[in-house]
Amino acid sequence: MPLLAAKNLHASYALTRVLHGISFSMEEGTITTLLGANGAGKTTTLRALCGMVKTQGEVAFEGQRIDGRATEDIVRLGIAHVPDGRGTFVSLTTEENLRLGAYVRKDRENVDADMERVFGYFPRLKERRAQQAGTLSGGEQQMLAVSRALMLRPKLMLLDEPSFGLAPLIVRELFDILRSVNEKEKVSMLVVEQNAAMALDLADHAYLIETGRIVLSGTSEEIKSNDSVRRSYLGY
Amino acid sequence: MSRRQLVVVAVLLLAACALPFLVSPYRTFQLTLVIIYAIALLGLNILTGFNGQFSLGHGAFYAMGAYCTAILMDQAGFPYWATLPVSGGVCLLFGFLFGLPALRLEGLYLALATFALGVSLPQLLKYKAIEKWTGGVQGIVIAKPEAPFGLPLKPDQWLYFFCLAVAIILFLVAWNLLRGRVGRALIAIRDQHIAAEAMGVNNAIYKSLTFGISAMYTGIAGSLSAIAIQFVAPDSFNIFVSIVFLVGIVIGGIASISGAIYGAIFIQFVPNIADEISKAAPWAIFGVFLIAFVYVMPYGIAGGIRIALAWWGRKRQNT
Amino acid sequence: MDAFIHQVLSGLATGGIYASLALALVMIYQATHLVNFAQGEMAMFATYIAWSLINAAGMPYWAAFLLTVAFAFVFGVVVERVIIRPVEGASVLSVVVVFIALLVILNSVTGWIYTYTIKTFPSPFPKEFGIGVYMSPHEVGTILVTLIVLFLLYAFFRYTPLGLAMRAAAQNPDSARLVGIRVGWMLALGWGLAAAIGAVAGMMVAPIVYLDPNMMGGVLLYAFAAALVGGIDNPWGAVFGGFLVGVLENILGAYLIGHELKLAVALVLIVGVLTVKPSGFFGKVLVTRV
Repeated sequence: MPLLAAKNLHASYALTRVLHGISFSMEEGTITTLLGANGAGKTTTLRALCGMVKTQGEVAFEGQRIDGRATEDIVRLGIAHVPDGRGTFVSLTTEENLRLGAYVRKDRENVDADMERVFGYFPRLKERRAQQAGTLSGGEQQMLAVSRALMLRPKLMLLDEPSFGLAPLIVRELFDILRSVNEKEKVSMLVVEQNAAMALDLADHAYLIETGRIVLSGTSEEIKSNDSVRRSYLGY
Repeated sequence: MSRRQLVVVAVLLLAACALPFLVSPYRTFQLTLVIIYAIALLGLNILTGFNGQFSLGHGAFYAMGAYCTAILMDQAGFPYWATLPVSGGVCLLFGFLFGLPALRLEGLYLALATFALGVSLPQLLKYKAIEKWTGGVQGIVIAKPEAPFGLPLKPDQWLYFFCLAVAIILFLVAWNLLRGRVGRALIAIRDQHIAAEAMGVNNAIYKSLTFGISAMYTGIAGSLSAIAIQFVAPDSFNIFVSIVFLVGIVIGGIASISGAIYGAIFIQFVPNIADEISKAAPWAIFGVFLIAFVYVMPYGIAGGIRIALAWWGRKRQNT
Repeated sequence: MDAFIHQVLSGLATGGIYASLALALVMIYQATHLVNFAQGEMAMFATYIAWSLINAAGMPYWAAFLLTVAFAFVFGVVVERVIIRPVEGASVLSVVVVFIALLVILNSVTGWIYTYTIKTFPSPFPKEFGIGVYMSPHEVGTILVTLIVLFLLYAFFRYTPLGLAMRAAAQNPDSARLVGIRVGWMLALGWGLAAAIGAVAGMMVAPIVYLDPNMMGGVLLYAFAAALVGGIDNPWGAVFGGFLVGVLENILGAYLIGHELKLAVALVLIVGVLTVKPSGFFGKVLVTRV
């Protein structure tokens, strides 16, 4: 049974349909990337999975239907969403942001330990734990957003353009940590990206979405080594 | 206006002209008040509905117009109809002057400023120092106008037609204004004032002028109300007048000329209905009506009618 | 000089009441960007409940006080869920009309149940609390109660997980949902808290202005002005504004313009402040992105 499966998923904003019946799935323990240009529907896909937009069609998580459920309930199933723009609580401190990540957890006694672990991945956050989150740099806010998601001890992490606005070196650092988290803590990830090269290095599988439809899928090796696909769809 | 709309308006006007001959003098008086409120609400709607500037103090301009008329009639012997241009001009000026500094305030802050205006004016009107003009707490009593030229109309009926005539002129002017460049500029400022400015709309002038015109309309309505009720006193112009006006445009329909009329009907008659339903807590019933209207018709009565007509039009197309 | 000090201190006492109510207004504003015009009437209604508990049911003051605060809390939650939530998406003006309706309903129903005759409301503070000619026992008590309420609120929001969740939900409802916070219920809780604070303010002011259905009108106005002067999105500003307005009201009333024009002049002054500092003393100057 795949960890996450979407079948014929449609999504609309008011009267405008953005996703036209996409289907995809991912297995537990893998990293999948969803690639596409601006406006292709990548962000909408993640929001649809989280119940943040109006949808039709099926989404199943661990075999259970989650389409139509409220975001707050989907979070409680173990899905953490790192939204585009980071979604940082800018007036709260770094530490408060992290604590909020663990809001729904029942095992309160492990939260402090988890925070230390997260600081282990991102030592810079520990330095800034009492600082107002809005004063952190772009890269640090991204680390904070990822850390906040990790505080949930999620089974699945959804990341929306984590490389956005970050210097390549920082992106490399971040993606290495993501790979590490995936291997050590068995957190599955669905990463939406415009930066195809780096995303394909990180992920095991890839889907390509274009104007609300999936046009290509395969392992990242397949996609990377297919010259014509690379040139016509990914531009490199 | 389409041909069909013109026909509807003509029919309604004819009906309006026939009414005073068909109903009691008291009913005629109530209908006159509806016309007066409609003018006042149109003024407020121009400012709040079309231009997006919040006003919780329009009762002050209503009072200003009323007192202007009362003082001119009582102390300077003006005939009632001659007071209208003067009070209109005074309110236009005051509205414009108030609008200038009000430019800096947005939303809530403007609401408070206008609220302050609405609360202060009655207190100022009671002020001892100007009592010899304003009549202090007792107010001023003025004479009821008679039909001119010996027309065979009772005073209530004449008053009704006089107000109706003024209303028609004012509504026509507003309709013309709001339909063209000015209306579009106002709405542009309301919806996206930065973009409007960038496109060459002079926000400052439009906003202050709008305040002035809005005040003028409500002021003229106030003048008419003084003539109709034959009495002005500070306590009749408390903050509730402003609040009721705001309720009126929301229920009637924001940014809608016809909304002013629906709203006027609502604020004149629904309190009476509420009173009949419960002598003990009429305002509670009124409040319930308000909530019901907002739930059922969030775009006001005008909006509700528009939606109903569109739905009916679609149904007819499909059969 | 004694009289002046008394006016200032007494102004601080009433200022505390304005500060509490202003805080309630700011709390709801921060979460919804709406000003609850019915806050005063809700407080007034709660105060009448307290009166009933004390007089009709013979309850001791502090028991009635606590029960009333609890009642007000529940009442606030219910009002938000039942009356406000259905119109959440409507235009600002429509929601304002719903608030006005709520105001009018509460006022009218209270007048109907309790009549409009003025009633006295007890002050629980013993004579020993007073400070000579400077402050009456009730004034001292009021400031104490205000400070306790403010402190409790601060501690709640700063140190408890629920308080943190409420702050998060008010600031960024979308992100709050993404960490599993039930934003709708946070809003309802906020209303409950605001109503509870209002009830405290009502019970503190009633001994001074006497209990009648219209008693909160002026108080709400001052609280509204205080919140704006402090910056409508800043809780500390609301508190500062409240105390400032309280003192101003007394000084102006006693020395400058007498009591009739007090309200009007205070308002005009406040508008003056706003012309100079349009977002209040401590409000954020909003930079809008085009």
